[in-house]
Amino acid sequence: MTALPLARRREFRLGTGLGLGTAVLYLSLIVLIPLAAVVWRSTDGGWGGFWTAVNRPDSWSALKLTVLASAVVALVNMVMGTIIAWVLVRDSFPGKSIVDALIDLPFALPTIVAGLVLLSLYGTSSPLPVNLAYTRVSVGVALLFVTLPFVVRTVQPVLLELDRDMEQAAYSLGAAPATTFRRIILPNLAPAMISGAGLAFTRAIAEYGATNLLTGSIPLKTQVAAVNIVGRIESDDPTGAAAVSTLLLAIAFVVLLGLDLVQRRSARHG
Amino acid sequence: MAIEVRDVNKAFGATPVLTGITLDIAAGSLTALLGPSGGGKSTLLRVIAGLEQPDTGTVTINGVDATRLSPQRRNVGFVFQHYAAFKHLTVLRNVAFGLEVRKRPKAEVRARVRELLELVHLEQMADRYPAQLSGGQRQRMALARALAVEPEVLLLDEPFGALDAQVRKELRTWLRRLHDEVHVTTVFVTHDQEEAMDVADEIVVLADGRVQQVGRPSEIYENPANPFVMGFLGPITVLNGQLVRPHDVELSRTPVDGGVEAVVTRIVSLGFEIRIEARAGGADVWAQLTGASARALDVRPGDTLYFRPAATANALTAVPV
Amino acid sequence: MARLPLRVLALLYLLLLLVLPVVLVAWRTFEHGVGAFVDALSTPNAIHAFAVTGSVAVWSVLANTLFGVGMAVLLVRHRFPGKRIVNALIDLPLAVSPVVVGLALILVYGRFAPVGGWLERHGLQVIFSLPGMVLATIFVSLPLVVRAIVPVLEELGEDQEQAAHTLGASRWQTFRRITLPGIRGALGYGVVLCLARALGEYGAVAVVSGRQVGQTQTATLFVEERYQNFDTGSAFAVATVLALAAVLILLVTKLLRRKEVL
Repeated sequence: MTALPLARRREFRLGTGLGLGTAVLYLSLIVLIPLAAVVWRSTDGGWGGFWTAVNRPDSWSALKLTVLASAVVALVNMVMGTIIAWVLVRDSFPGKSIVDALIDLPFALPTIVAGLVLLSLYGTSSPLPVNLAYTRVSVGVALLFVTLPFVVRTVQPVLLELDRDMEQAAYSLGAAPATTFRRIILPNLAPAMISGAGLAFTRAIAEYGATNLLTGSIPLKTQVAAVNIVGRIESDDPTGAAAVSTLLLAIAFVVLLGLDLVQRRSARHG
Repeated sequence: MAIEVRDVNKAFGATPVLTGITLDIAAGSLTALLGPSGGGKSTLLRVIAGLEQPDTGTVTINGVDATRLSPQRRNVGFVFQHYAAFKHLTVLRNVAFGLEVRKRPKAEVRARVRELLELVHLEQMADRYPAQLSGGQRQRMALARALAVEPEVLLLDEPFGALDAQVRKELRTWLRRLHDEVHVTTVFVTHDQEEAMDVADEIVVLADGRVQQVGRPSEIYENPANPFVMGFLGPITVLNGQLVRPHDVELSRTPVDGGVEAVVTRIVSLGFEIRIEARAGGADVWAQLTGASARALDVRPGDTLYFRPAATANALTAVPV
Repeated sequence: MARLPLRVLALLYLLLLLVLPVVLVAWRTFEHGVGAFVDALSTPNAIHAFAVTGSVAVWSVLANTLFGVGMAVLLVRHRFPGKRIVNALIDLPLAVSPVVVGLALILVYGRFAPVGGWLERHGLQVIFSLPGMVLATIFVSLPLVVRAIVPVLEELGEDQEQAAHTLGASRWQTFRRITLPGIRGALGYGVVLCLARALGEYGAVAVVSGRQVGQTQTATLFVEERYQNFDTGSAFAVATVLALAAVLILLVTKLLRRKEVL
């Protein structure tokens, strides 16, 4: 750094401190302290109280359904997302750029509108001979909608950057296109696919608005964790709500940690 | 003939890239496709490899018509300018790839890979990833990988283009020695005439998508087929509408028959040689002399000298620009 | 490589999951004509809901833009202990369920909570009122502006700013004349993302607002409440408006991103 007058240099440090302090205060008041309050509240009854709250039949069922459905949905969208990304990058057809823009719709659409939208096509008054209302499958459909963009958007840039020479090298060495895909392309896409699936999973377990209308949120059957939490808040059980919330946060945290490890490993391969 | 190219034409859209290419490449030879960027050499190489399809014409490899064969079936090894290393595989797995894809038994694969890594002096790096290797090492790995499946033909696309000058020179020598050991028909693409002259048995000069000349390095240098080839392979100067090598220019203080009068503008010492730059009319001319000859003349800037091609010089009529 | 089947599979999936449902809602909305559509949007509750959504969005976008720019500059241009932790904490909101956000804010700013109680005694009601909804919306959209600006700021490099300093510009002048113009595109992109998130927020505000019709009801809450009360006309109308806003925002972000690439 060039030698600035001493007064300026001190000004820097003071300014940094002030700015940082303000930013940290903002973060604390809005994010950190409230989240800490949730975790703190969940310990109100000690470990025993925590597990009792979480183990209540409706909450436990909701958690199981949420985690299972989110995992399945993450895997399905991992496959479909990769296919869609492949088609967007390697294929060309009229209207492709519109399709590309559409992918982000679930990001932009309010979740309650997504719920309404899915209800219209897959609910009771649907023009199609399909009625998924009040079924567990409907939870999956809602989550599929909401998590659609994640894998597509993480895989697309990797596909775009992929060194085509590698594929051609594989061809010149005798590998058929399918073999080349399996041994060369897929391993290079895998980190992005896993990353996208992980993000999709953490998004799915948090989902509230899209599931309500179509699933009916029937306790013990089609109720997801977020709906269960709201139920407990509204029935004046903030401790129970905090317990289920803390568990959800812990699951998300573990998944994100795992993703970070995957990222680091793949970065080593350059 | 290991490779026979007959009347290959290729265009990208409306732009012709290869026009009427007819070529023979002898088995076991080391041939350079030399030419300026955009001249079509890489495209021709890729057509031979099967990575591109010609619009018309045929490619025959060791007697077999390969024109419509996919690259997998041609048994041609290809080395890319930017290595095309399989980033997610170790050096060992990279080199083993072609053999694994052919489902060879593990013991055979292991033995052959070890043999090749020793050949390219990368035995220590077997368990490293390409990202951990230098550029030169990556290119040696790419060569080993291509040779692993015992190709009939080895094709290299500007193999040293992405490397430092020093590494480039080393690998050049190394490639020549490798070829002497392995004797695979090898074709490499370069835009560096020094590289082509240093390494190759035969040079094919390509420009504007056409073959300009084919021959041994000395032939092409001394008997260039046209002004372009002459200018591309070595330095030239123009005297009286004739292209001459600066080494082949005679200088005298007195007017001579066929000489061009020019005023010396600059004298540059190139170590063992002296370059004399001068202005004749509106054009620049120059000559290159040994130090002794230059001292004998005792030239200063501003002197008037007469430039003329030596009797033994091979002068070509310049094509009017 | 199996081009056509893949294309068909991808397009069919998108059709069934994305396109058809949205088209169907638009269809149903205008089934009874544009007049009915406009009527449904003109009821006092609907208008009030839009107003609430609008003001919540404006406040939260403003707050997060200021925070976002400041935080981005701090992260990229300054060194301080614990930078990696702060960096990770900024992304935290993305992993938190919106209803948990609501719960978290209630536990701190609710009437019976320490901070909330104190504020209420001094006349500021947070939960079940606008400030709480603004806080919730700020929470969920916190990282968006920061994350949009950081990569661009890194790419810009410090050279220009240092040149400005050597020419005598104060830090504020440098920021206003050199840094800000440099990140304009990214800032716009981040703000638009933040706005989209704010307009569409549902879960967090549902918990924190008490869903009081005509008072703390946002457009999204309006959609749900009307639907539950069998007033599908109003629900679909407002939902379509929100969907159109979403599509519009999508187009704007595409345009902004293309300008970035150039």
